[in-house]
Amino acid sequence: MSAPATRVPPAEGASAHDHPQSANPETQFRHDAAVKSADLVHREIIRKNMESYDVGHMKGRSRFLDWEAAREACQAIKREAINHLDKYLLQFEENVTARGGHVFWAANSEEARKYIADLAVKHAVKTVVKSKSMVTEEIELSAALEKVGCTVWETDLGEYIVQLRHEPPYHIVTPAMHLNRTQIAELFRDKLGEPDLPEDPQKLVAAARRKLRKAFFAAEMGISGANFLVADVGAVAISTNEGNGRLTTSLPRIHVAVTGIEKVIPRLENLATLWPVLATSGTGQPVTTYGTLVGGARRAGEVDGPEEFHVVLVDNGRSSLLGHPEEREVLHCIRCGACLNICPVYRHIGGHTYGTTYPGPIGAVLTPHLRGRQFEHLSYATSLCGACTTVCPVKIDLHHHLLHNRRDFMKAGHGKTGERLQFRLWRAAMLNPKLYAMGGWLTRKGLRAIYGLGLSGSPFDPLRAWNRKRSTLPVARQSFREQWRKGLGNGR
Amino acid sequence: MPRKVSLFVPCFVDQLLPEVAVDTVTVLRRIGWEVEFREAQTCCGQPAFNTGYWDDARPCAERFVRVFEGAEVIVCPSGSCTTMLRNFYPELLKESPMRSEALAMGQRTYELSEFLVKVAGVIDVGAVFPHTVTYHAACHGLRELHLQQEPLALLRAVQGLKLVEMARHEECCGFGGTFATKFADISSAMGQSKAENVVASGAEYVTAIDPSCLMHVQGMLEKNKFAAKAIHLASILASQGAGA
Repeated sequence: MSAPATRVPPAEGASAHDHPQSANPETQFRHDAAVKSADLVHREIIRKNMESYDVGHMKGRSRFLDWEAAREACQAIKREAINHLDKYLLQFEENVTARGGHVFWAANSEEARKYIADLAVKHAVKTVVKSKSMVTEEIELSAALEKVGCTVWETDLGEYIVQLRHEPPYHIVTPAMHLNRTQIAELFRDKLGEPDLPEDPQKLVAAARRKLRKAFFAAEMGISGANFLVADVGAVAISTNEGNGRLTTSLPRIHVAVTGIEKVIPRLENLATLWPVLATSGTGQPVTTYGTLVGGARRAGEVDGPEEFHVVLVDNGRSSLLGHPEEREVLHCIRCGACLNICPVYRHIGGHTYGTTYPGPIGAVLTPHLRGRQFEHLSYATSLCGACTTVCPVKIDLHHHLLHNRRDFMKAGHGKTGERLQFRLWRAAMLNPKLYAMGGWLTRKGLRAIYGLGLSGSPFDPLRAWNRKRSTLPVARQSFREQWRKGLGNGR
Repeated sequence: MPRKVSLFVPCFVDQLLPEVAVDTVTVLRRIGWEVEFREAQTCCGQPAFNTGYWDDARPCAERFVRVFEGAEVIVCPSGSCTTMLRNFYPELLKESPMRSEALAMGQRTYELSEFLVKVAGVIDVGAVFPHTVTYHAACHGLRELHLQQEPLALLRAVQGLKLVEMARHEECCGFGGTFATKFADISSAMGQSKAENVVASGAEYVTAIDPSCLMHVQGMLEKNKFAAKAIHLASILASQGAGA
């Protein structure tokens, strides 16, 4: 049995295999964005996959009597949960602990990794199976477990595929959406020791299953994420489609659920609203194939389940967001991926380009808060079109948060000196209509001269950034105000 | 009932695309409204606001409110600049002594198609434009001002105009203000998709209520040597003949 190779941590692994890595996330982002947005094969794969999602999503929404009301209900649930996070998390902990489970509060990635790695060492764990979890990507858990001698298996099919490719997930819901079946067949033939595999999805899934079943039976530790933490019953709620979530949480001796603190919801009955909305937003399904609730380890008389149950609650910057009055609603996110799918920027540059665990609009809002200043460019790498906000099932005002991020970054003095100066000059001109009119006249004269010489888009062109990608910007001979003065104002 | 509007001409329209404002004047006068243009106006402040420089945008906004003091109805041929006044000024001027005036001004400001349909109550402005046209629902007009039926109603009433729908007509063209130059690679890739969708629709013209988006789309169409052209709604409505 071939063991899966070591996962490249997402921090450096944006698109590790095909081009040079830069230490600066913005430089890397610009490079990858230029490459990907010009890659027509990539664009076509994403277009096809997204269009089939679009159809499913619209169809799924039409099953609701009132989709807007469903969104509002979800928003209300999450708002209550986030506004009383302390209360609901403690209630969750109390209920889990009462049944013999363990809850660990991790302030950051390192604490979370250490707790889980120590647990693996203590129990002499050799094999770990994982069901899908973006938080484990965020805290770079797999590498930490491999360091203490564990073999880590991703058991979600999409995650397994990207693990075999040494890549981070491309998308938070559909990790391998950037690949077509031909590429996956080639990968499996190469990595799974089955050189005769046909390009048939059923046969490919069966090949992965043969590997993963053995891993499930060998594993001493199962690691899952959590879609929701249900406070009033103290249970972890997981939505999956492949059944790997149930195997991960019930077969190995130890089950560790790793998740962000924002995943808590007040009551079990909330799932009746949240589960269908999550599934519809994520894939267009009415509900996912499996909805699993895990409340603890196996009790006397029960036929299956782990011997130990641990929940790792990861903060990692979330509570500082909680203290941000405008942006705390970003913690409402249920990680459905709808904002990625509709985002025209995501559709053109793809998931890996972001270089973050959470890509797309939610990633552009969230990452600067979680990982700091070097990811601020993501809040600028968007046209602020607002499509994300219209689809968010918990009604996060995503595109306005991007605008607010920009305001806060500039307020903190993070703007480039040249740009700051430019806006100062601009402001002086805009506050003085004579200066504005004269400046406009001079600029137009100058630009027309430059373009007259055929220098559009050249290094001599002050509007090179615009003109090198488009035909030359139109520059009027006479401004509107000049025309107005010369007679238009009098009806001529 | 006043029959007079005050024109808000976005700064880049003034300097780069004056025909959009000239055509706006033509349409407004044709339906019997008097037009004034206050020459003291400059920019509403949106470029600085969107880039995060709110301290630079704020004095421009305050000045803008003062310039339009007393104007009963303000009309602007841009969904984006109207959004700035109506939706963003209240936030930008949250702590300014001019906040309530700004709020009131926002309520008196209309994007052109919105003004024609909702205030002037006109759908047929007497335009003739015998061409195939597709409509691009520019983002600020669509998602901030919730305008779409208004421009479409106006287009349907234009004599000789054949309206065709393009794929993904609600998807952003990629302009995005300073995004267009800060991230020109992404912006132009999005513009490329938009230009291809325009061409695939079979339209001779793509129109919208935002001149900035159209300037970007026109740049992409021309760069590709596609025959289709971008044209502002005001220019279609001003037209009374064979072409623009």
